[in-house]
Amino acid sequence: MILRRILIANRGEIAVRIIRTCQLLGIETVLAASEADLDSMGARLADRTICIGPANSSRSYLNVEAVVAAAQASQTDAIHPGYGFLSENPKLAALCDRAGVTFIGPTVEQLEAVGDKLKARAHAAAAGLTGVSGGEVHTLEDARQLADQLGWPVLIKAVGGGGGRGMKQVRAASELAAAMEMATAEAQAGFGDPRLYLERYISHGRHIEVQILGDGEDFIHLGTRDCSIQRRYQKLLEEAPAPNLSQSLREQMHRAAVAFAKHLKYRGVGTVEFLVDCDGDAFYFLEMNARIQVEHPVTEAICGLDLVEEQIAIAEGRRLRYARRGIEFVGHAIECRINAEDWIHDFRPSPGTVTRALFPAGQGIRVDTHMQAGATVPPHYDALLGKLIVHGANRAEALQKAQHALSNLEISGVSTNLSMHSELLRNVEFARGAVNTAFLEQFLQNRNSEAA
Amino acid sequence: MKFTNEDVQEILQLLDATKYDELHLETERFKLTLRRNRDSGDWSQETQVVSAPNPIKTSLGAPVAKDNAAGAASSKPRDPREVGWMDVRAHLPGTFYRAPKPGAPPFVEIGSSVEENTVVAIIETMKLMNAVHARMRGEVVEICFDNAQFAEKDAVLMRIKPGAA
Repeated sequence: MILRRILIANRGEIAVRIIRTCQLLGIETVLAASEADLDSMGARLADRTICIGPANSSRSYLNVEAVVAAAQASQTDAIHPGYGFLSENPKLAALCDRAGVTFIGPTVEQLEAVGDKLKARAHAAAAGLTGVSGGEVHTLEDARQLADQLGWPVLIKAVGGGGGRGMKQVRAASELAAAMEMATAEAQAGFGDPRLYLERYISHGRHIEVQILGDGEDFIHLGTRDCSIQRRYQKLLEEAPAPNLSQSLREQMHRAAVAFAKHLKYRGVGTVEFLVDCDGDAFYFLEMNARIQVEHPVTEAICGLDLVEEQIAIAEGRRLRYARRGIEFVGHAIECRINAEDWIHDFRPSPGTVTRALFPAGQGIRVDTHMQAGATVPPHYDALLGKLIVHGANRAEALQKAQHALSNLEISGVSTNLSMHSELLRNVEFARGAVNTAFLEQFLQNRNSEAA
Repeated sequence: MKFTNEDVQEILQLLDATKYDELHLETERFKLTLRRNRDSGDWSQETQVVSAPNPIKTSLGAPVAKDNAAGAASSKPRDPREVGWMDVRAHLPGTFYRAPKPGAPPFVEIGSSVEENTVVAIIETMKLMNAVHARMRGEVVEICFDNAQFAEKDAVLMRIKPGAA
């Protein structure tokens, strides 16, 4: 099957990025946009635009029926869901199947297998992976017993959650009841599923993930990404490959990710997330993301391939072209997420209109963005304005290149976190590599106390 | 022909060998400016996609009645009784929520007593929940927005009659 026209059910930089690959492949694009995005860069670049509802995402980008109806009305062969919104929603995949529209992503069964975090843990165990010790808890007494057994502190997570949403750290038994009550309510409100599970809390952990690619029969990995630079479980800077990781640990993680993909007979691009215990030189399965991720360009940079093109090829039913050829990893890549946030003032969101957008250009520099002079940054969606991706021969060169490129990047009209990235890239500890997930909060705290 | 980042890099390599510091390219679809910083030698780019969107007209996404325009409440003619009532405004544009989560009881009702730091509502902006505080002691006398309605920055969300709570 050859896909000739694709509906892009997303917005922002990822919509633009998907349109660009489709254009190179000669595939027509239809952008499914909310009323707030009808004039966006994606809408200008796509061959056609179709309105799927009002600005409020629950009535547009999260409306499964509207998205499928838009695909039918525009006579598209397939839907690319991007990331976030409906990208991992089994209901959309199922409705696509019924409507005869190709869903560019894994099967309904695979989405269900990894979307439920407890099922995902069970599948990971069946594939021979070790998860962080823990399990489902139904009652406060359950939780107290399990936490005593695991040792305090513990993390409460939502079974239907993921991406760091709905997670709570609990330091002592006295905090447990309140934390569980809040987590249950949040899980119900956020994911429509009140179930919780509990995990041992690893304080000195690095967040390292492995990109995988599968066609249902062959499965390969595309190396590691280090995403430990996080604030409130949201990633802000990523790099590939993960620095300062022993070769044997790195290879074990690659093998584990491929084993998991094989166990699921996975079809599409996916990411297996691990927590690496810096004290114990061990790694634990966290969850799997069954979609293209925000940070995918760092992998593209070191592998020299286009993951959206691979997604489309797999959706067309083609076999993996890299399964036999193998992948060669070249150099080191860093991505800075540029957000419309006033980071100096507690990351206060900064919607508005961009008056000027100047980006760096040159060898090894890539900017994925939907920003240009006059672009609006609506308050209804996340704060991502774009991503700066640099590629160097090694990490030191990439760090230097990123600093340099940032000094040639200017966005006016809204507040951004550009200067945070500049300061971060100059930080000695970060430059040494292998910082853990607590690093950024500490970095921000130190900075604030110095400023005070 | 489609224009890619690789194309930009190739043009820059060609330009590097010349004495030119600026290149403007303008087509029906886009404008591109490449500029060399004379001190550092770095290149920067400014692009503008100018092609207009090409909408498909359907009934499915027909722009329905706009989410109620915000701020209308503030222009309402004033009742003499209202003299001295104070506005609680949105410090950010976003979706107004009266309760901490769906199904939970609202933070305040008309008639509720509030203190300076009482949370009276939530404004969701860019997926972040921001608490709205009363910032004065008094009694809630008017709630100007429906739950889940969009409010522009500085829109009047509620009005409070100041006084000992």
